[in-house]
Amino acid sequence: MSNLNEMKNIIIGKTLKLDCGKEISNFPLAYETYGNLNEKKDNAILIFHALTGDQYASGINPITKKEGWWNYAVGPGKSFDTDKFFVICANVIGGCMGSYGPGTIDPLTNKPIGTNFPVITINDMVNAQYNLLDYFKIEKLFAVAGGSMGGMQVLQFVSNFPNKARVALPIACTASHSAQNIAFNELGRQAIMSDSNWKEGLYDEKSTNPDKGLAVARMAAHITYLSKQGLQEKFGRNLQERSDLKFGFDADFQIESYLRYQGSVFVDRFDANSYLYITRAMDYFDLTKQHGGNLSKAFKDTKTKFFIISFTSDWLYPTSENKDIVIALNAIGADVGFVEIKTDKGHDSFLLDVPDFLSTIKNYLNTTYSNINERRI
Amino acid sequence: MKEEFKVISKFIEEKSRVLDVGCGDGILMEYLLKNKVVDVRGLEISKEKVKKCLSKGLAVIEGDAENDLRQFPDLSFDYVILSQTLQAFMNPENVIENLLRVGKKVIVTIPNFGHWKVRLDLLLKGEMPVTKNLPYQWYNTPNLHMCTIQDFYNFCNNKRVNIYKSISLNGEKISNITTSNLKYKNLISELGIFLLEK
Repeated sequence: MSNLNEMKNIIIGKTLKLDCGKEISNFPLAYETYGNLNEKKDNAILIFHALTGDQYASGINPITKKEGWWNYAVGPGKSFDTDKFFVICANVIGGCMGSYGPGTIDPLTNKPIGTNFPVITINDMVNAQYNLLDYFKIEKLFAVAGGSMGGMQVLQFVSNFPNKARVALPIACTASHSAQNIAFNELGRQAIMSDSNWKEGLYDEKSTNPDKGLAVARMAAHITYLSKQGLQEKFGRNLQERSDLKFGFDADFQIESYLRYQGSVFVDRFDANSYLYITRAMDYFDLTKQHGGNLSKAFKDTKTKFFIISFTSDWLYPTSENKDIVIALNAIGADVGFVEIKTDKGHDSFLLDVPDFLSTIKNYLNTTYSNINERRI
Repeated sequence: MKEEFKVISKFIEEKSRVLDVGCGDGILMEYLLKNKVVDVRGLEISKEKVKKCLSKGLAVIEGDAENDLRQFPDLSFDYVILSQTLQAFMNPENVIENLLRVGKKVIVTIPNFGHWKVRLDLLLKGEMPVTKNLPYQWYNTPNLHMCTIQDFYNFCNNKRVNIYKSISLNGEKISNITTSNLKYKNLISELGIFLLEK
């Protein structure tokens, strides 16, 4: 992580009261921006990343040297057109790409905070990122957008700050994390915590790393991001560089080899404790419960235009859960658009090259931006 | 701009809140927004058409009227529009009830099965009618519940639904339908446009 010094960050001086009751202050929030903020400061879009994302949404991630996680959607002439819009993306607190997280070195002990890091929530993540508006002196964002956990942050943001974004794009998400999703997250956490190298979260001190557990967590999660049909079409029962079954436990099948690869590259870029904290934040997310069982109340004061998108083959955050948000918004007459995009790429669709999805967002944002400006004149 | 849409937009008062059920490509929605309506929403079943609407920045949700009207609260719109879709529902009676629940006023247009060409087709050829407005064969038509202007009048009477205005459209000819000319208009109208209130 030699490039950590080149990362942009703000130090948040203000005290942030976390949902768990603890207070944090003077903590770093790492961010990246794309495009330029115009004079009127009305073209800013805050993008929230998903579980394993970071602030490097577009271009080449300087740490991993790979493409940014939303490179298909963010960039010049793309869905979030950086020739037109100023895109800001921050690493969530609890993350491991420069923001305050379990990997942050505690100046008092000179050791990583580890599991002494407080349990954080989606609400805490959003409240921390709100400081970016002050930092850039943006009165009102043009849009907030994100998929999966990013979508949850979009919902929480509009709920917390009803008058701070003109457009909200929650994609492939939910207002309340389901039992099935909590179960998958728990599977991942157990994989990490049962790795003897996890050492109760103190692996940095002991110079070990729960790589195996984290890799298994990633492999299991990766399956949930894809669809059965997508997997079948891509891999089927194809064998991995062999013409016959080997009657052993090597990766005979391509799908096995693929998953092992996904697990192994993940451990190079992600911190095991961050994985625990962020999945916990997702599990705790229940915007409906935050508002006494009535999701509509979360949005009652907002004039924000919502555009909600789901995917046909997404079984992790299925259309029905996305539609619950639409229903809650319609119940209070909020401005809402909704479409379910047809694709076999599963939950991962929002990160992939799905032309229908990418072009609809692009046109929606461009038209809405010019409509808002026309009406102002 | 379709004549039908011109008639519909004349029914609508300025600055009202409108829901277009089965809004298609959003052409009527755009027309209303440009002219007088400040707030218009759409519901559309076809993904392709929903995407077109959203690309134009219109507040349209993908869904079908038989299931998705439920989510709108009582009297949450000044007008609810249903253009040439009633006959395609499994349960048109239910849909009309929901439209009247959601909207203070409801605008319904129906392709008229009482038009003389339709009657003649069945009378002379003895075959299910295929016309410009009803271009389908019996085995592939999405239209499950065809009705005539007279039928729709009777339906509204039975259900105690007030018909405030009713307009006949024949080609580009627009005329009023009254109780006294109903029999005749039922013969010559291709389309009936009704403004209803519970």
